[in-house]
Amino acid sequence: MNRPGWRQMGLWAGLASAAGLVAAAAFRPGHATAVPGGPVGDLLEDEPASRGPLRSKPDPNHLGHRAGAGNRQHNTEHGERGTASKRIIAGYGFWIFLLSDIIMFAAFFAAYAVLSGETAGGPAGKDLFDLKVTAVETGCLLLSSFACGVASIGAQTRRGAWFYGGMAATLVLGTVFLGLEVWEFAGLVARDAGPGRSAFLSAFFALVGCHGLHVGVGLLWLTTMMAQVWAKGYRPDILRRMLCFSLFWHALDIIWVAVFTIVYLMGSGA
Amino acid sequence: MSGTNLSGDRHGADTAPGDARADGHDDDEGTGGLQGYLVGFGLAVLLTGMSFMVAGTSLVWAPSIPVALFVLAIAQMGVHLVFFLHITTGPDGINNVMALAFGVLIVLLLIGGSLWIMGHLNHNMVPMDRIMQMQR
Repeated sequence: MNRPGWRQMGLWAGLASAAGLVAAAAFRPGHATAVPGGPVGDLLEDEPASRGPLRSKPDPNHLGHRAGAGNRQHNTEHGERGTASKRIIAGYGFWIFLLSDIIMFAAFFAAYAVLSGETAGGPAGKDLFDLKVTAVETGCLLLSSFACGVASIGAQTRRGAWFYGGMAATLVLGTVFLGLEVWEFAGLVARDAGPGRSAFLSAFFALVGCHGLHVGVGLLWLTTMMAQVWAKGYRPDILRRMLCFSLFWHALDIIWVAVFTIVYLMGSGA
Repeated sequence: MSGTNLSGDRHGADTAPGDARADGHDDDEGTGGLQGYLVGFGLAVLLTGMSFMVAGTSLVWAPSIPVALFVLAIAQMGVHLVFFLHITTGPDGINNVMALAFGVLIVLLLIGGSLWIMGHLNHNMVPMDRIMQMQR
């Protein structure tokens, strides 16, 4: 990868993320009409039937906390709503953790981007990477992300077949991913392309190994989640843990998208 | 609309990241429910396939390939965020989006700043063979 290329990409990344936000916003209108509690739905249906004319217009962004409407007795310092539910607090806190985890990965990505050309006379990415293996790994992780989504729906709706089936599929696919990665690492070390060979390979093993470590921890967490639901049922605290686990697993897939693009596809093409 | 308005006041609620709806139950349309996961999975497979195709092709101008790969990756991350993590720009998810925006800012500063500074250091560095000569 030559350096002007990286700089160009930084520019494009900014543009593309702006486009992504626009796309995310575009998905919203259909969503708003579909959600019973959404602003449009409430205005259309709930108001005349259940609430009567006293109800004020909701402000969709909750800027004023709808002063003058609703339950007065809940008017605490948190606004009219009171404190958020434990599920929202747990999910939000875990989301903050995931973002800090992503920032840690960004540091590894920065190190890799700086060091990707420093092969010290050793093998470069295009000599080492087998894109077929990467494609299988990517497919495994993507399918496991979908299976994890099915499992989280199963947990929410208390459908055991969905939950245990989804979790088992996630476990199998995640294990296949991890096995392929360990096999790939072992092959590299056997070809004298271990982490000590060059700065490029140090950065490669640090970045991809850190992701693999996260997947391994995620698999351990997954088995304990299955055991907890098996032993304790769909209790609210167990469901909160399941929410955090699914967030974790989906975030790992997002990081893998960056890994296979920047490390494998760009590395083997350069 | 369905008649499952249990909490009565869902307007003021925030949404937990990962939940498609403020009360924690996934709905059947939009970005939630099995349909949402299916749509997200289809889009992700499409974008991944395009990435692998673009990387190996000789049909497009070679210097544009990294840019195309980058754009495809960002798009796929957006798909994952919306359909799998349910981070949407809806009114109930504003806190999640703000946290994400801050995270993205730090990530861009970290990666962009590292490349910028290290590129300049690399540019101004004395070549290795000159250092070897000086040490003799």
